[in-house]
Amino acid sequence: MSSEASIYNRPSVLDCFRSSGNSWFQKRNLKQMLESSKDSAKLDAMKRIVGMIAKGKNASELFPAVVKNVASKNIEIKKLVYVYLMRYAEEQQDLALLSISTFQRALKDPNQLIRASALRVLSSIRVPIIVPIMMLAIKEASSDLSPYVRKNAAHAIQKLYSLDPEQKEMLIEVIEKLLKDRSTLVAGSVVMAFEEVCPDRIDLIHKNYRKLCNLLVDVEEWGQVVIIHMLTRYARTQFVSPWKDDEVVEEYSENNFYESDEEQKEKDRKVKNIYTMDPDHRLLLRNTKPLLQSRNAAVVMAVAQLYWHLAPKSEASIVSKSLVRLLHSNREVQYIVLQNIATMSIQRKGMFEPYLKSFYVRSTDPTMIKTLKLEILTNLANEANISTLLREFQTYVKSQDKQFAAATIQAIGRCATNITEVTDTCLNGLVCLLSNRDEIVVAESVVVIKKLLQTQPAHHGEIIKHMAKLLDNITVPVARASILWLIGEYCERVPKIAPDVLRKTAKSFTTEDDLVKLQILNLGAKLYLTNSKQTKLLTQYVLNLGKYDQSYDIRDRTRFIRQLIVPNEKSGALSKYAKKIFLAQKPAPLLESPFKDRDHFQLGTLSHTLNSRATGYLELSNWPEVAPDPSVRNVDVAESTKEWTGILGMTKKEKPTEKFYSESEEEEDESTNTSSSSRCLESNLHLHCLENCIFRTKTHELLHRMSGKGLAAHYHFSRQPGIFGDHMVSVQVTVTNTTDQKIENIHIKEKKLPPGMRVHEFNPIECLEPAESITVSMGIDFCDSTQMASFQLCTKDDHFNVNIQPPVGELLLPVTMSEKDFKKEFAAKTVHSGSLMLVTVELKESSTAQLVINTEKTVIGSVLLRELKPVLSQG
Amino acid sequence: MIHSLFLINCSGDIFLEKHWKSVVSQSVCDYFFEAQEKAIDVENVPPVISTPHHYLISIYRDKIFFVSVIQTEVPPLFVIEFLHRVADTFQDYFGECSETAIKDNVVIVYELLEEMLDNGFPLATESNILKELIKPPTILRSVVNSITGSSNVGDTLPTGQLSNIPWRRAGVKYTNNEAYFDVVEEIDAIIDKSGSTVFAEIQGVIDSCIKLSGMPDLSLSFMNPRLLDDVSFHPCIRFKRWESERVLSFIPPDGNFRLISYRVSSQNLVAIPVYVKHMISFKENSSSGRFDVTIGPKQNMGKTVEGVVMTVHMPKAVLNMNLTATQGSYTFDPVTKVLTWDVGKITPQKLPNLKGIVNLQSGAPKPEENPSLNIQFKIQQLAISGLKVNRLDMYGEKYKPFKGVKYITKAGKFQVRT
Repeated sequence: MSSEASIYNRPSVLDCFRSSGNSWFQKRNLKQMLESSKDSAKLDAMKRIVGMIAKGKNASELFPAVVKNVASKNIEIKKLVYVYLMRYAEEQQDLALLSISTFQRALKDPNQLIRASALRVLSSIRVPIIVPIMMLAIKEASSDLSPYVRKNAAHAIQKLYSLDPEQKEMLIEVIEKLLKDRSTLVAGSVVMAFEEVCPDRIDLIHKNYRKLCNLLVDVEEWGQVVIIHMLTRYARTQFVSPWKDDEVVEEYSENNFYESDEEQKEKDRKVKNIYTMDPDHRLLLRNTKPLLQSRNAAVVMAVAQLYWHLAPKSEASIVSKSLVRLLHSNREVQYIVLQNIATMSIQRKGMFEPYLKSFYVRSTDPTMIKTLKLEILTNLANEANISTLLREFQTYVKSQDKQFAAATIQAIGRCATNITEVTDTCLNGLVCLLSNRDEIVVAESVVVIKKLLQTQPAHHGEIIKHMAKLLDNITVPVARASILWLIGEYCERVPKIAPDVLRKTAKSFTTEDDLVKLQILNLGAKLYLTNSKQTKLLTQYVLNLGKYDQSYDIRDRTRFIRQLIVPNEKSGALSKYAKKIFLAQKPAPLLESPFKDRDHFQLGTLSHTLNSRATGYLELSNWPEVAPDPSVRNVDVAESTKEWTGILGMTKKEKPTEKFYSESEEEEDESTNTSSSSRCLESNLHLHCLENCIFRTKTHELLHRMSGKGLAAHYHFSRQPGIFGDHMVSVQVTVTNTTDQKIENIHIKEKKLPPGMRVHEFNPIECLEPAESITVSMGIDFCDSTQMASFQLCTKDDHFNVNIQPPVGELLLPVTMSEKDFKKEFAAKTVHSGSLMLVTVELKESSTAQLVINTEKTVIGSVLLRELKPVLSQG
Repeated sequence: MIHSLFLINCSGDIFLEKHWKSVVSQSVCDYFFEAQEKAIDVENVPPVISTPHHYLISIYRDKIFFVSVIQTEVPPLFVIEFLHRVADTFQDYFGECSETAIKDNVVIVYELLEEMLDNGFPLATESNILKELIKPPTILRSVVNSITGSSNVGDTLPTGQLSNIPWRRAGVKYTNNEAYFDVVEEIDAIIDKSGSTVFAEIQGVIDSCIKLSGMPDLSLSFMNPRLLDDVSFHPCIRFKRWESERVLSFIPPDGNFRLISYRVSSQNLVAIPVYVKHMISFKENSSSGRFDVTIGPKQNMGKTVEGVVMTVHMPKAVLNMNLTATQGSYTFDPVTKVLTWDVGKITPQKLPNLKGIVNLQSGAPKPEENPSLNIQFKIQQLAISGLKVNRLDMYGEKYKPFKGVKYITKAGKFQVRT
């Protein structure tokens, strides 16, 4: 061993790799080191022990000495002891219990990272006695303030479940609770736990579906993969198929998004019986699309399979570009991606046709990659590109990699059967290959030609003659057998050659392979039936040889054939039909892709790769005929706002921070928020004190019922993140009919807008019954000004001028900021241009405060200042 | 998910094992060895192997097999991608991902694996977080450690793991603030016998080395962003900004990382910077052949093509080669039948040429096919797609950083069929 020498020079860590002769001495030595009072000695000992573990050597005898150090102050020693504990605790359960109290203490540590790591190690020690302790720890950690600890709690759930499956019910409760968590840190881990513990409890997902969709982009990449796979399964149970018919009316989010509660519209659609995608279905597709740009191949593949299984067929093709990009990656990634593309390309050729050339084979590719690429090329072949492809295949046939060359010949055969125009060209090409020097190539060509001839009942006497000549040189059994079969099958077309072939092969019968022997027998039988005059004796000779063959298969076949074709007193009625039996028209073999039957597995899964069901594979259900109630996913507003404020510091995206809105009832809370939040920030950014601030909306009058001739309209700002586009403020308009007649066709007309301002109208209301009211939403781009948006509200036979003026707060959106900045100021941005706005409140002594607003937009800034000031001074 | 990991070297020794759940016996690797034997070539070992009780998913990197043991259904790419991330981390920590490096640093490797996975599910894979938890070994530090007895394990706790930007650690400080971007483009091409391009595309990456203090917010814009057809991003990049303005806006990780990788749209014609004239023939029945190859520059925008290396996998029947090179040196390995010609720089005045006699095994049939030539080259200061960085702006910090962009074009999988 050459490394021996260098190891001796290196004193500390690697000593354990030395020969095991002095291992007893070594271990005693280690024990002493562990018991020494110096940290450096302990550390050295622990490093050696870890080295032993890594090597797979047994170090369990040192358990008592090691476990004592679990409470060491030195972090590195502690970590290495953890490593040791996780490895050996299972084997030394009693002693492992000594360490538990240390972890229990650490679970109460004020530092979140110490709490988290204690939970991690505690749950990794697979000792059944501590199950109750673990359960308790998980429960506590799941409501910890720190999302990092909660994440570790989610991991611990799986560990506990595998240790003691009886805890399932209790664990599901914890999962349910953690699924409600809004932190991106927790999402991936808890979904993983869900998949492991209770993947069938789809009902737990309903309420969290939209949240998961929205958080997805910000979850770490490994979590994304797990969540996407879970959501794919979920969507297949909850939405109706988008593939049903051609007249798919695609409603691209804009209008119908978030409006699923508008039952009216929903009903209308059902009557028309046109497929409309559920907005939640659309939400999932839209939110996963950016992830195609991920650097992580697993994420890209996960999105690709999601689109494959869920998107309307016309949209699925957007994933092909990203998948082709992955082909630039490592060998292993290529292998998996190509497999999935192979399955996709069978069903939907169009998806990958533009990328045909990306699948061209290089001579340096490993064989498994080459064959997969070839498979895809064959799947993509059509009338238009076949000539290019065949030229490419010509190069491959000559490849030095004979296994690949053989696969290419198979591929040519498949193209020839699938595309009838090129069958003859292919056949000629293959016949040329028969004179190839390499036997494997020739053999493969023979086999493929045999199949091709069978599919083409036309006269190919010439080719058969040519192949009969080859028989003298070819030694590959499969090829010989194929030729013999061909000659037997079409013996009437080559009446002169066939008996001669039988003569030759009868001579060499004893030295042939079993496969060939069987075909010689077949050939003999067929000739006996068609041309018994010339071949009777020959056939009987062959049958006699077969009778005493070593292989029982051949003996059986011989006996069977003899009974059928040679009439004697014992032979039954069957021999009359011998000719019909042997020379019946045989169906041509189908040349199919080996990937044909893989599509019943979900793409991107292990089962798909192996083409067999892996343990724990979760079946993708078929689309339901009728969609289950979509309202189960509705989260009621009060709850959601409460949660949103609850984790204000952690969510990254669009959250309506109520503080900046101008309405008076909000402002009263302003000052309390400020003080309470600064206090809470110290406790890990958690603002649950805000929970008591209820989110009330103020409605404004748009049209009074007197001036509207019985039609009344109110509006309020819904403060949902821009559903009509980034620049629009969404406005909910409630129209009420106070007359005693129907009002028909309510719509918007004649907008008189200042330059730049835009209005996204609501869909016309066809009919409003007396005393009924309806709420519609519209979007207005105020262009960051407080000017009025004026327009006409029209009915079937009347029109009223109305206008909407926004309070300044409605023009602002919240902005994410770091904790440090947050202590000093609040930030917002304007809806239209996204200009930043900073509000600083500085509390000084003697209850005076300084309010500063910084922004580019001076108008809005000054208005905001004017409105904030009196409110704050009141407080 | 991932149950255990075995590291196996080329001679079939298991030199490291790590279990995240109950211990799985080493004997599970026998299935892997079986598959390896069947595959003959290491490249052909199937990445996914099914055994009666487990599934083995493996990758092959730097002469090491990383074999992971899986018990239940999991997306195979998930595991493969993770294993590569592990190998990347070793590379990052030890400068190389080799058997010796891993054996020498076995304790750090173990600590890393412990942090990267929890119960088989990836926990911390960002190199910035890991480096905060476990400091990479340096010679200086190991000397200091052996004297003072301090350790490689960071005593600060990883704050990055908790923040919204897990890829960057807090409190970064540099005396020289620098930001470097390397735009590296690779040409993948297949050139046919007659010299026409069968297939060509450009794959590019932007690798960054950012050493900036504090929390800088950078935005990088291009002169011609439309060139980028298909882009994949580091998680730090704000996708929305790219969608709307085609600007890369991000808070960078600290140190070296890959910012984006991209493919240039295939509609654009790819300029092929070199051409190859070749004459390879094997005579019938004379057990010898001729070999004559010339490489010349073409469409290189006035830049020199350098670092040119040609490798050829000669047919098995080739015994030896007697060649003369007008430039550079060549080697022929009679065992693997690989001819390597290290050309160096191409000067248009005197084109490099390699010619001579090929000796074949006597009696062996004439090789069917001429071997294809794999060419490597490099062109400094040029992005072949024409991509140009327009400007880099920094927000959020007050100092003025030093900024630099470097362009380089390389051959990717560049193959000439003969």
